[in-house]
Amino acid sequence: MNAETYEPYMRGGRPIYHLPEEPHHPDGHSTMLGFWIYLMSDCLIFAVLFATYAVSSHSFAGGPGPHELFELPLVALNTAMLLFSSITYGFAMLVMDQGKKGATLAWLGVTALFGLSFLGIELYEFHTLITEGATPESSAFLSAFFTLVGTHGLHVTFGLIWMATLMVQVSSRGLIAANKRRLMCLSMFWHFLDVVWIGVFTFVYLMGSIQ
Amino acid sequence: MMMSPQTAPFSPIFGRLTLDSLPLHEPIVVVTFIMVIIGGIGVVGAITYFKAWGMLWRDWFTSVDHKKIGVMYIVLGLIMFLRGFTDAMMMRAQQAISFGSNEGYLPPDHYNQIFTAHGVIMIFFVAMPLVAGLMNYVVPLQIGARDVSFPMLNNFSFWMTAAGAVITMISLFVGNYARTGWLAMPPLSGIGASPDVGVDYYIWGLQVAGVGTLLAGVNLVATILKMRAPGMTLMKMPIFTWSALCTNILIVAAFPVLTAVLALLSLDRYADTHFFTSTLGGNPMMYVNLIWIWGHPEVYILILPAFGVFSEVVATFSRKRLFGYSSMVYALVVITILAYLVWLHHFFTMGSGANVNAFFGITTMIISIPTGAKIFNWLFTMYRGRINFELPMMWTVAFMLTFVIGGMTGVLLAVPPADFVLHNSLFLVAHFHNVIIGGVLFGMFAGINYWWPKAFGFKLDTKWGKRSFWLWVSGFYFAFMPLYALGLMGVTRRLQHFDDPSLQPFFIVAAFGAMLIALGIAAMGMQFYVSIRNREQLRDLTGDPWGARTLEWSTSSPPPDYNFAMTPVVHDNDAWWDMKQNGYQRPDSGFQPIHMPKNTGIGVILAGFSVAFGFAMVWHIWWLAAISLASIIGGAIFHTFNYDRDFFIPEEEVIRVEGQRNAALVEQG
Amino acid sequence: MNSAQSHSAAESSHGHDHHEETPHGSLKGYLIGFVLSVVLTAIPFSLVMTGAISDASATAVIILGIAVVQILVHMIYFLHMNVKLENGWSMMALIFTVIFVFITLAGSIWVMHNMNANMMPQMTQQAMANMSG
Repeated sequence: MNAETYEPYMRGGRPIYHLPEEPHHPDGHSTMLGFWIYLMSDCLIFAVLFATYAVSSHSFAGGPGPHELFELPLVALNTAMLLFSSITYGFAMLVMDQGKKGATLAWLGVTALFGLSFLGIELYEFHTLITEGATPESSAFLSAFFTLVGTHGLHVTFGLIWMATLMVQVSSRGLIAANKRRLMCLSMFWHFLDVVWIGVFTFVYLMGSIQ
Repeated sequence: MMMSPQTAPFSPIFGRLTLDSLPLHEPIVVVTFIMVIIGGIGVVGAITYFKAWGMLWRDWFTSVDHKKIGVMYIVLGLIMFLRGFTDAMMMRAQQAISFGSNEGYLPPDHYNQIFTAHGVIMIFFVAMPLVAGLMNYVVPLQIGARDVSFPMLNNFSFWMTAAGAVITMISLFVGNYARTGWLAMPPLSGIGASPDVGVDYYIWGLQVAGVGTLLAGVNLVATILKMRAPGMTLMKMPIFTWSALCTNILIVAAFPVLTAVLALLSLDRYADTHFFTSTLGGNPMMYVNLIWIWGHPEVYILILPAFGVFSEVVATFSRKRLFGYSSMVYALVVITILAYLVWLHHFFTMGSGANVNAFFGITTMIISIPTGAKIFNWLFTMYRGRINFELPMMWTVAFMLTFVIGGMTGVLLAVPPADFVLHNSLFLVAHFHNVIIGGVLFGMFAGINYWWPKAFGFKLDTKWGKRSFWLWVSGFYFAFMPLYALGLMGVTRRLQHFDDPSLQPFFIVAAFGAMLIALGIAAMGMQFYVSIRNREQLRDLTGDPWGARTLEWSTSSPPPDYNFAMTPVVHDNDAWWDMKQNGYQRPDSGFQPIHMPKNTGIGVILAGFSVAFGFAMVWHIWWLAAISLASIIGGAIFHTFNYDRDFFIPEEEVIRVEGQRNAALVEQG
Repeated sequence: MNSAQSHSAAESSHGHDHHEETPHGSLKGYLIGFVLSVVLTAIPFSLVMTGAISDASATAVIILGIAVVQILVHMIYFLHMNVKLENGWSMMALIFTVIFVFITLAGSIWVMHNMNANMMPQMTQQAMANMSG
């Protein structure tokens, strides 16, 4: 190893074997990395669902396929909701950095509204499909479609529950370090769901519609 | 929620659970149940009599101390090992007698549950807890840390693993277990072929335990990346820590795949979807593909920590620096990546064709190269070393001999044409027991013998340890060498009855081997008992009974709650050896208050709700499922409102503990 | 990787708010990311909805390429990924994940495609004639 590594830990040419002072790992100094690693593992769950969708994407079992089912304008609207929620969450983080509690809560509220609209539109789409008879039970393709998109929706739902919890905590305790850290974790989670959604609308909806 | 088309009675309160679900018609299960009840009452009575409940709850169950959690993992693994081994003995006995007109004593329905439970329990609830326990105990000590990155999460992870084990054990007495083999392949595990609760117990037991395993993996990766003592660069980490890092990376990468594929299987069973059905476009082979994407890395999740143990043990007992440190590290990393590229060798016969089989056959053969390099490194470490054949070293040598045989039969199986002959035969069964017993289990035994004095402050008894060792090793060869021969003769696995009487001698030898192993386990129990009884004679005050090389041996045995009174500084891969060579003095002044996490009961509580949730889902008791799921989420949210999670151990307390230790050392001389 | 330095850095600043490694966006960054992702979403949707390119596979390649670019945009401007974050460990974790995700996806598709081709060959005219005959 390089020599500088030793430098801080030598005294009078002899190695020292103890830090003279307690190292001050700040609270939660591993949290962001740990949460990121968790998100990476979540990626693998989505990888399995994408792989399953890819393998069964032509297994219509005589039932309807993407052409008959997908309504791209609706998906575009939904994508817009998620994109807006991303930028508003970004604004929440910016005002959080400035220590503005009220503004942070307001932007989180706006984000939650966009998230709720996303979920509402998705549920409407699912409802429409099911009333048309395109249920998860009808073919492997539809099983995989509902599961992949639904799992993303479930993640958004948990994100919203988490957001509501954090809004309560921020309003009662303010922007203390622990709450800021939690908001940053949720920020990663929320933007991560965006990234997954890019995969969903490209791979499922758009690719399905051109075939 | 979609109901499965069952004719079985369904009540809104008890779901499909009725009195008939209790296996009262199976005498073996009833006797077991009575014995478990008696034993359980005995344990509960003893704990109550000694008024130990409060101590257990405060000092163990709610503890966030990685050392205690590590010990609890190992206790869980050893208890579940008794269950898994009982299953093994029952199978060996059945196969030894069930020839010709003799049907044996286990009907097929029961036999099939036993081989499934044996596989699931041995992998998920024996090998995994043992591995997780050793990593939890040792890694923070080896890297000079006070605890893991997320101590509360660590406690929760342990209890989720335990909850999975509880769900699996309930199946023994309420309902039944899967009859599908340990990977529950559809369509056999689908709702059509397995309409009852067995596969559901399988799914929910593994899902709950899987949450724990995944979070423990995240936790240890973060710990190793963020909590190392100053000076400990990556290439100065002890090899066991390196192997733990690689293992936990594999856990983080592989366990989500298991979670997802089991979720898809449960959707097929609960919601009538068609992922793995044979109808409406479903594809059962996709399940096989996906579960082995988890399953093969899982093999390396188990063996890499064992490799780490052997690296520590060989260097310590040869009194030499480990040969080829950096090649060891590269071998670990290469194995980690390749572990993700070989999964298809488990189903060469599926029919993906020659090009696919060739690719995966070659990657499988390549992975044996870094593994072989590690064996040579251990041998070169021993070469010209002053080898001290203590128990950990004996297990390590037994490992090297045994594992090489298992490794070579593995390379045989990696050749696709050979695999077409040997697939699903007892040759395969012999191969993976050869590597899992000879590799993982011997590694865990080496590790337990090696680190026991660290955890409890006294060595394990050598006499009973050696008896156990010889019984185990000889028992292993008697039990599994006949299976290689049988497999080559074409005998397939999982058979409850045989027609050809010429096979019987082989099975009798195998059963004899299992008996020897049973005696080995008994001797190990005696070893623990005798050691605890004679603990004062076996006491080690130095904290370093083996003359070892890594940081965990620089602190006292057992280590104080805070591990190290002062954060150590690392200058060498063998940090503690380096400290000893340079005339290291224990600090006796300058202590400061130490920041520590508080204990919490939230892990036990959430895991308890998870057991209720799993049980409710198995039996379709929807109201209970809804309530327990809501309680899990609500409990987790409630816990986040508790901001008061840490405290300081005052300076005086540190001075007192360290002073006692220094005084004891002086007294001993 | 030099953990010694990161530790001594941690030592020197004692505050609880100390998060020199945590990502920090700027208004400008968020707006650039937002505009880029709107554009990168609009292009593939319009390509598919209008059918501007008649060749289906060309369209597929283009929209997949755009998706990759958009994922990168989100990573950089919203998730604030860079090689320095957490001493590079975030990036390392991401690279490992991309590799594992790629193996899972590509491997499954390849394996299952080959199995379907070998085990369930499409009925040829000849085969059908043989069956009926």
